[in-house]
Amino acid sequence: MSDTHPASSSPGSLRPAGQAGDVGASAPLLSIQELTKDFGGLRAVNACSFDVAPGSVTGLIGPNGAGKTTLFSLVSGFHQPDSGRVYLDGEDVTGLPSHLLFRKGLCRTFQIPREHQSMTVTENLMLVPKGQIGERFWNPVVRPGAVRAQERRLRERAREVLAFVNLGHMAEQPAGAMSGGQKKLLELARTLMADPKIVLLDEPGAGVNPTLMGKIREKIEQLNRERGITFLLIEHDMPLVMGLCNPVIVMNQGSKLVEGPPAVVRSDPRVLEAYLGGQYAALEG
Amino acid sequence: MTALHLAKAALLAVPLWLLLSSLLRLKPSWLKHLASLAVGFGAAALVTLVTPTGILSYLTTFILMACIYAVLSVGLNVQWGYTGLFNIGVAAFYAIGAFTSALVTTRMPTGLNASFTKQLFGLGMPFWVGVLAAGLVAGLLAWLVGKPTLRLRGDYLAIATIGIAELVRLFFQNERWLANGPQPLRGIPQPLSCLTGDGCAWLPGFVNSFFAPLGPRDYPFVYIAIVALVLYLVYRVLERAIRSPWGRVLRAVREEEASAAMNGKDIAAFRMQAFVVGSVIMGIGGALYAHYIVSIDYSHFDPLNGTFLVWVMLMLGGSGNNRGAILGAFVVYAIWSGTSFVVDALRPTLAAISPELPSRGPYLRLLFISILLVFIVLYRPRGIVPEEKVVSLDRDL
Amino acid sequence: MLQRSAAAAERPFERFRRVASGKAGMLLALALVLLAIIVTAALKGVPATQLLSLFVRGVLLGGMLALGAVGVTLVYAVLKMANFAHGDTMTLGAYLGLVVVTLLPKGAPIAPFSFGYEFIVALLVVIPAVGLIAFGLDQLAFRPLRARRSQSVMFAMAALGLAFGIRSLVYIFWGADFTFFYTGRARPAVELFAGVRVRPDQLFILGLAVALIAGVYLLLERTKIGKAMRATADNSDLARISGIDTKRVILWTWLIGGGLAGAGGMLYGLDVQLRPEMGWWLLLPLFASVILGSLGNAYGALAGAFVIGIVWQMSGAFINPVYSQGIAFLVMIVVLLVRPEGLFGGRR
Repeated sequence: MSDTHPASSSPGSLRPAGQAGDVGASAPLLSIQELTKDFGGLRAVNACSFDVAPGSVTGLIGPNGAGKTTLFSLVSGFHQPDSGRVYLDGEDVTGLPSHLLFRKGLCRTFQIPREHQSMTVTENLMLVPKGQIGERFWNPVVRPGAVRAQERRLRERAREVLAFVNLGHMAEQPAGAMSGGQKKLLELARTLMADPKIVLLDEPGAGVNPTLMGKIREKIEQLNRERGITFLLIEHDMPLVMGLCNPVIVMNQGSKLVEGPPAVVRSDPRVLEAYLGGQYAALEG
Repeated sequence: MTALHLAKAALLAVPLWLLLSSLLRLKPSWLKHLASLAVGFGAAALVTLVTPTGILSYLTTFILMACIYAVLSVGLNVQWGYTGLFNIGVAAFYAIGAFTSALVTTRMPTGLNASFTKQLFGLGMPFWVGVLAAGLVAGLLAWLVGKPTLRLRGDYLAIATIGIAELVRLFFQNERWLANGPQPLRGIPQPLSCLTGDGCAWLPGFVNSFFAPLGPRDYPFVYIAIVALVLYLVYRVLERAIRSPWGRVLRAVREEEASAAMNGKDIAAFRMQAFVVGSVIMGIGGALYAHYIVSIDYSHFDPLNGTFLVWVMLMLGGSGNNRGAILGAFVVYAIWSGTSFVVDALRPTLAAISPELPSRGPYLRLLFISILLVFIVLYRPRGIVPEEKVVSLDRDL
Repeated sequence: MLQRSAAAAERPFERFRRVASGKAGMLLALALVLLAIIVTAALKGVPATQLLSLFVRGVLLGGMLALGAVGVTLVYAVLKMANFAHGDTMTLGAYLGLVVVTLLPKGAPIAPFSFGYEFIVALLVVIPAVGLIAFGLDQLAFRPLRARRSQSVMFAMAALGLAFGIRSLVYIFWGADFTFFYTGRARPAVELFAGVRVRPDQLFILGLAVALIAGVYLLLERTKIGKAMRATADNSDLARISGIDTKRVILWTWLIGGGLAGAGGMLYGLDVQLRPEMGWWLLLPLFASVILGSLGNAYGALAGAFVIGIVWQMSGAFINPVYSQGIAFLVMIVVLLVRPEGLFGGRR
């Protein structure tokens, strides 16, 4: 279904139209420079550099073991890079711990969802927002009223977000009881509670049935369009990437191979070679 | 019913009232407290009347010690039950709380006493100052231990806390100038002990005359009310903190650390908070113990009494649930005291096996408790009262 | 504008951290600790001979610690659990040795040592016996937890229960007092060199410790089961898929770890005394050694044990020896602050 429109369907997403505060294409929101990471002699990420433009939905693809997820981990403060720099909105954020990056507006989801299993779906979401006064140990004791009021607002917001991702009926279920696809939606919902500038999605479509996949895609597009959230996403599902993302960045052996609009990337011989020389030729799939 | 019965019943009514009011679900809350106070007093009066004096005294001291252990167990619950921190050095915080409160509330020995008792200082402050100081110093110690270890794998904290517990005990054993070295530090004041003596000057006359029948040997009845109040207060504060965003983050960190960090939570900071809060409570437990036992030395805070029993209490009662932690303290302390009767009863049998054995009876109890812990870990890791499903209860706050 | 030119440059603080937490930084820190001890001792007027003999005592102690530490680290490497019962396993070894020594008819001391043939027999009995007991306890307490894939702290807690259980048995059978393998036998010291005096027993202890550890080295490096153990330590899932018999690996891990612990306990009992709490007290220095040498690294544990032993003994020159545990604790905390992965661990 999506095979047909890589070149034609998304002229609008080449440059998101009418974004408030869009100062122009020159200043990238996320800039990755010469990032390198070794794991016990194995170079997982090798002097990788690229920029993510504000308001874009940038796709990150590449054969297995190309270093995509490691790159995410480096950018999101999960691992420390051996060398190289990461800039978020012009600010050097290299090696900052995850929770500080989160406060600066960078949000990341996991390839295998890491929900808090024994907590309810609503609680998983209420956990997310920053600046909760009830997170200070003494406030629930000293200022119970204020905490209660804030909790009520958070619960309300969680309800809205759950409705947005069509998970309203799961609100009071333990998150561990959800299906794989629902967990993916919860990951997306989690980022919505955070008011992020940029979201790093690690394979939002993996292990999800086609209907749910369509829904996830639709939500990403809607968020990008209506709220101006920038996305950088790793995906193996080529139709999804080609339909949703622009530009597409191809990684191979730890560094950037090619970057460009989907149509250009998919016809680049180097990309084909990387995939064929790698494990499988899924590009036309 | 004599005046003595009445005075004892009034004091015993305090723990019963607090227990009932935490169990009852009744609105409005003044009605709940009124009802539990009435029922509590009635039950206390009945028990005081029908129970022989000796048994009543034993029961009182039993509940008293169980309550003190419950404070420790609840403190450990913040660390292990809610946050997953493996602290095997409860004794360190227990001991430092006890000694701190003792030093803060006793007076510097004078005259002949000064040559028998050495201590760094003796401020002669009131009981509640001692309790607060105990919590503060224990919290400070926790911060020092937690700083290098909390960002690492749980096993590191475990071994570091074993170390600090041994060191604290060794320190109080060997440093005479600090708190009378290997000799006990004596004369720790008992709060409201005036009630069992000549009456308290600051209390109105009718209160004093109501409690006048109590003699010095009835002091545990007074102290049980105080300990129950402290335990209740700790419980209420914790329940509030746990059923709030704070508790929610602790649980999230325990369950899925990486995701909590991605949700912007400073994991190290929350771990440290839980570790310090738990240790403060253990320090308070130490202070409660010191003022009850009056004379303390290092040997009271060995790994068995100070750490191991508390762990078995929490694990049996149910980690992650304050009610479970308190229940566990009572059950395990009952087993612990009960087995001492069993061992006593078995004395002739043991003597028949080996003449040495009766004197080693206490270690049979230790063996039993150790096996119990392994069994809990293997077969009932969630304890009697498992953790509650939902953390956030904005309606119930 | 972004400072693209600065991208490759390191911030000064990062550079400091990297250097300080490197292996060289760590070795430097250890050297500084040793230097500080020597300087403090010199300032306090401790004669050089005493310092030297404390150093030798430290090496001896290191040998005994190493026997325990190698077991802790092997168990950690293969089973990924911190075995807090290891110290009490050592105690058990010492007391089982006492049983064998008392049961056997007393022989004359083998000159120049203070012990007779019974002690050697006891060692030969205790090493396999404690190894088997350790394996038995594993099957009883840890295997069900492994099958359930429990959290690592549950293992630690079960180990804690076992530790107290073993100790209570020691109390029940042998009482709470300290004792010796040979009560009232003279243990004269001989001069080794430059006024350094040691007891012949201690040389035997060091020799045996070195021999046992050399044996373990050969076992790990040369035998099939040793290779299987190392493979399991590296990646247990991969090892299982590639046809390694995990059960056998676990058996051998406990046999080696428990056996060494039993020998270590007996040797410690010979050198110092037997006490029900001895193993619990050794737990902290054991773990300090293991952490210093990187959790799971057998050779690291060996090096760590000698460092801890030496620092422990030498610091005794100027601080109250009852706080020797505190020195081990301090070294451990410094390691955790500077380089938590230890001397031989790779950076994460």
